[in-house]
Amino acid sequence: MLPGGVDPHAHPAFLRHHFESVAQQREAASFGMWVFLLTEIMFFGGMFAAYLIFRNWYHPAFVAGSNTLDITLGTTNTAVLIFSSFTMAMAVYSAEMRRKGQLILFLLCTIVLGLVFLGIKGVEWHEKYVEHHVPGMGFSIQDFVHPTNPKAIPLAPDMAEKTQIYFSLYFAMTGMHALHMVIGVSLLFFLVALASRGAYTEGHIMPIENFGLYWHFVDIIWIFLFPLLYLISRYR
Amino acid sequence: MSTIVSLPDQATAKLPRKSYLNEEYGIKSWLLTGDHKRIAMLYLMSITFFFVIGGMLAGLIRLELLTPPSDLMATDTYNKVFSMHGIIMIFLFLVPSVPATIGNFLIPLMVGAKDLAFPKINLLSWYLYVIGGIIILAAMVLGGVDTGWTFTTPLSTHYLNTHVVTAAMGIFFAGFSSIFTGLNFIVTVHRMRCPGMTWFRLPLFVWGHYATSIIMILGTPVLAITLVLVALERTINIGVFDPTKGGDPLLFQHLFWFYSHPAVYIMILPGMAVISEVISTFSRKRVFGYTAVAFSSVAIAVFGFLVWEHHMFIMGVSQYSALVFSLLTMLVAVPSAIKIFNWSMTLYKGSITFETPMLYAFGFIGLFTIGGLTGIFLATLGMDIHLTETYFIVAHFHFVMVGGMLMAYLAGIHFWWPKMTGRMYPEGISKVSAIVTFIGFIVTFFPQFLLGYLGMPRRYAAYPPDFQVLNVFSTAGASILGIGYLLPMLYLPWSLIYGKIAGNNPWQATGLEWQIQSPPLTENFTEIPVMDHEAYDYEWLANKTQHEVQTVG
Repeated sequence: MLPGGVDPHAHPAFLRHHFESVAQQREAASFGMWVFLLTEIMFFGGMFAAYLIFRNWYHPAFVAGSNTLDITLGTTNTAVLIFSSFTMAMAVYSAEMRRKGQLILFLLCTIVLGLVFLGIKGVEWHEKYVEHHVPGMGFSIQDFVHPTNPKAIPLAPDMAEKTQIYFSLYFAMTGMHALHMVIGVSLLFFLVALASRGAYTEGHIMPIENFGLYWHFVDIIWIFLFPLLYLISRYR
Repeated sequence: MSTIVSLPDQATAKLPRKSYLNEEYGIKSWLLTGDHKRIAMLYLMSITFFFVIGGMLAGLIRLELLTPPSDLMATDTYNKVFSMHGIIMIFLFLVPSVPATIGNFLIPLMVGAKDLAFPKINLLSWYLYVIGGIIILAAMVLGGVDTGWTFTTPLSTHYLNTHVVTAAMGIFFAGFSSIFTGLNFIVTVHRMRCPGMTWFRLPLFVWGHYATSIIMILGTPVLAITLVLVALERTINIGVFDPTKGGDPLLFQHLFWFYSHPAVYIMILPGMAVISEVISTFSRKRVFGYTAVAFSSVAIAVFGFLVWEHHMFIMGVSQYSALVFSLLTMLVAVPSAIKIFNWSMTLYKGSITFETPMLYAFGFIGLFTIGGLTGIFLATLGMDIHLTETYFIVAHFHFVMVGGMLMAYLAGIHFWWPKMTGRMYPEGISKVSAIVTFIGFIVTFFPQFLLGYLGMPRRYAAYPPDFQVLNVFSTAGASILGIGYLLPMLYLPWSLIYGKIAGNNPWQATGLEWQIQSPPLTENFTEIPVMDHEAYDYEWLANKTQHEVQTVG
């Protein structure tokens, strides 16, 4: 004990024993998250590479496939996700400001927006299923060879077959993205539960900050997916 | 100049009263531990288990190839046996072998930290490894996989009805285990170094593992997504690799080898990291050209990402890209050669002694050099067309992986056994087993170079009778090799109880890990060390031991 009742070895309860200081722990956690996001980029990178190659090979099929997607729902979802990133950023800010009620509120907002996104995504997927645009599940090239939309250019049957690649990638990429959203939303429930016990408003904001990074990352992936999948030659 | 160091008198050494091994007892204290040393031990046991299974499968392969016809097993059983041998040995043994056991144990000790940055993620990575291992075993028991470890499309997606998805799922889990190990190492090396431990005072072991971790975190996710796409293609028939839907099987090869070529450096860099420590310690000299060796590890990791297409030279890739990849492949030989030459220079005028780890290290240098040089043959486009898909390839990568990595693994296990357990392994019999391993290895795999050169294709259960003599040699060698691997599995557990007490620093090595008690305390250091000298500074060690009164316990 130092004079004045100050214990030089006192440290906050959240400081793990193997770290020297809170700063070191925070830096390590943050750096670890960035490294993890790097692996995530590589994980999606495989699919983006495939997308790049096939889009070059089968450009007309990609245009035709892209034009069947519902651009209103896609844009709404983009807005929803960007807004959820804002609420998440506000959650991090509230944790920094040590405002418990506000933190919980913003986390709940993020959950709701995440669920809205997943709901809309589900509607879109179901639409594709009804239209026989899911590869391997009664896929039909009918819509691309004899398009109902008078403005659409019909594809030759062999190019129309290649729309399966577009939809394979569409489902793989949006599916993998949605999986990340599901994981994110599930984690948010834990964070809300712990936040309501005051875990993150006593100076220990690392979990909130790291989750925020993850959430923004998932958001950014969507920001890339949206133009790549929905907006190919829409101006026609 | 090397410094003369006399080995400490082990007769007076005592086991410390308290260590990470007796801190807590009971199965729960092991299965829920956050201690990197205990997790390393868990890894050591599980890896040995899978090594035994993979080794038995190798034995079956060699038995089948003893005679020209496929008489021991049906041809598709043979396909399953070599596929499982590859999958188990690569994903469950070679990739985690040195990093997850020796690396896990030593990296915090070497950088002067109390633990890895994320102990819980470290434990999680062991559980993921075990889950992955169980799933792969389940795939084997349920009927096996016969794609080879490469899961080549469209064979794996359309023409086989074996447990491809199950095995892929197992590899997916094992892959994430390796990603988390790499992530932990990178953050630990960046953020947990003790005061005075600058990047260029880090032991080369840490540099090697840092380079390995970069490959783990950048390469493994690509394999993960590739296997997911294969699994989706088999289950819900999406068509990314399916030519009938416009997909491209060659794309699978590109994505797969984008991981799996760097992965061979995951399998060799940690071995090289071990060898740097062993060579320096047993020649009592600083590693010659420390900086060059450190950067050569990083260079191998970087170049490793730029050479994957050399696995695909005969698969219809463009000639021009093949030319570029051939050149880049040969470039990898440069950093590897830097290492070999610098180790040789370290030995020059060193006071060399021939303890078991050093014998294994010599084995490594010789066998890895042969393995590496035959890699140049295979990188040469014209030669590759003749040699690829033959036993030449098999011999080449076994020289690097078994002759290189496994030797290095055993060198490391013997070298740090006293630190891990506090007891010495029996020196006499372990020397015998090192020599037996070396002889067994040469007899097993050297004939395979000749077989491959003569044109014996790989992956077949039967072969023309002309090849029998060399195959008999190879099988005979495999049985010698088996004895070489069996011996440590017997005498190392024996030494846990009957081995001589090792003392803190039985080799008079300079690393931080040797300056603390063996086995170490759970928190590694009673107070955080301050690094005030370069790595491999034997002068410092000699001065230190002169002025120090040995206290134990």
